[in-house]
Amino acid sequence: MYVIVVGGGKVGYYLTKALVSAGLEVTVIEKQRRRYELLQEEFGDAAFLGDGCEVRTLEQAGAPRADLLAAVTGDDEDNLVSCQMAKRKFKVKRVIARINNPKNEVTFQMLGIDETVSSTKLIYSLIEQEVEVADVIPLTALRRGNLELVEVALPKTSPIVNRRVRDIALPQNCTLALLVRGDDAQVIDGDTTLRAGDLIVAITPSGHVLEFRAAMLGKAITTPP
Amino acid sequence: MHAVILGCGRVGATLGLMLEAAGHSVSVIDRDREAFRRLGQHFKGKTILGIGIDEDVLKKAGIERARAFAATTSGDNSNIMSAQIAKVKYKVPRVIARIYDPLRAEAYKELGIDTISPTLLSAGLCLDFFLERPFRTVVEYQALPEILAHS
Repeated sequence: MYVIVVGGGKVGYYLTKALVSAGLEVTVIEKQRRRYELLQEEFGDAAFLGDGCEVRTLEQAGAPRADLLAAVTGDDEDNLVSCQMAKRKFKVKRVIARINNPKNEVTFQMLGIDETVSSTKLIYSLIEQEVEVADVIPLTALRRGNLELVEVALPKTSPIVNRRVRDIALPQNCTLALLVRGDDAQVIDGDTTLRAGDLIVAITPSGHVLEFRAAMLGKAITTPP
Repeated sequence: MHAVILGCGRVGATLGLMLEAAGHSVSVIDRDREAFRRLGQHFKGKTILGIGIDEDVLKKAGIERARAFAATTSGDNSNIMSAQIAKVKYKVPRVIARIYDPLRAEAYKELGIDTISPTLLSAGLCLDFFLERPFRTVVEYQALPEILAHS
């Protein structure tokens, strides 16, 4: 798979590094020479000097054959243009834009860029969640379907400790997926018996997080203000 | 009609003054307060401090009732983005973006945003001037020349 990363700042750098480690073919486009030279030292030919919003640069960096373009500069408008160029001019199948202003998520979607990532929004939702539900930790919101991936550590007082998963009554559409016990991780099925200290990764609808928490931890559901 | 101009540089300010002289209502947005000085003392329109890709700023400038929007900042991408917001979200009838990069201007024209590329205009005019040819139309100047089309 061939990925183009537009923007060689901190996000672009670490993203490129991770993708290269994963064995993907990557090009990171950076327009500032000094920054580009640093990237070139580390990534060699995977670094490309140019403005990732320009048609010519994208073409030379291989946009026509790219499977995915991630625009991660610090400027939302630059990321918008890179993504729009990649999508419409070069028909890149998948584009992802970093956005700094969370309000731009809706704007970008309106302009045809569906996948956006806003660290502001992620941190904000963590804070929001932290206030409501302290011990069920949200890992990620799954884009379509309003589902969330959450993590919860089972205390001794949990009502579901020493019980088989199939015998536990969970809210609708909640699924216990993974269990981490000590150094082992295992996929959960109906016969899995949960123990105190287990770390569970579960899928739950956004609207049912409080009920899920009650089921997992045994605390009374507090009605929201 | 009400017009919103993004960018109070030379073009934005001149356009603002021209529109007002022609009897229209004008709001000008710029992120630098000093830029509004270009409008002079007799400008009756509204000035809004802020960036044009922020919808709160656009709303303060009256984008919801605007019939004309011009994006004239020095940043092509800001102009492209705000012009699209004006056109697609606020359905402003006449939207134009000034885009220096001829290839980008061409690409966005294909996407339905009216663009004006001063680069092509200026270069074309100078060329005709040197070759002692009569000047052509704006549309003709905006056509992307072969030399730029291929890398």
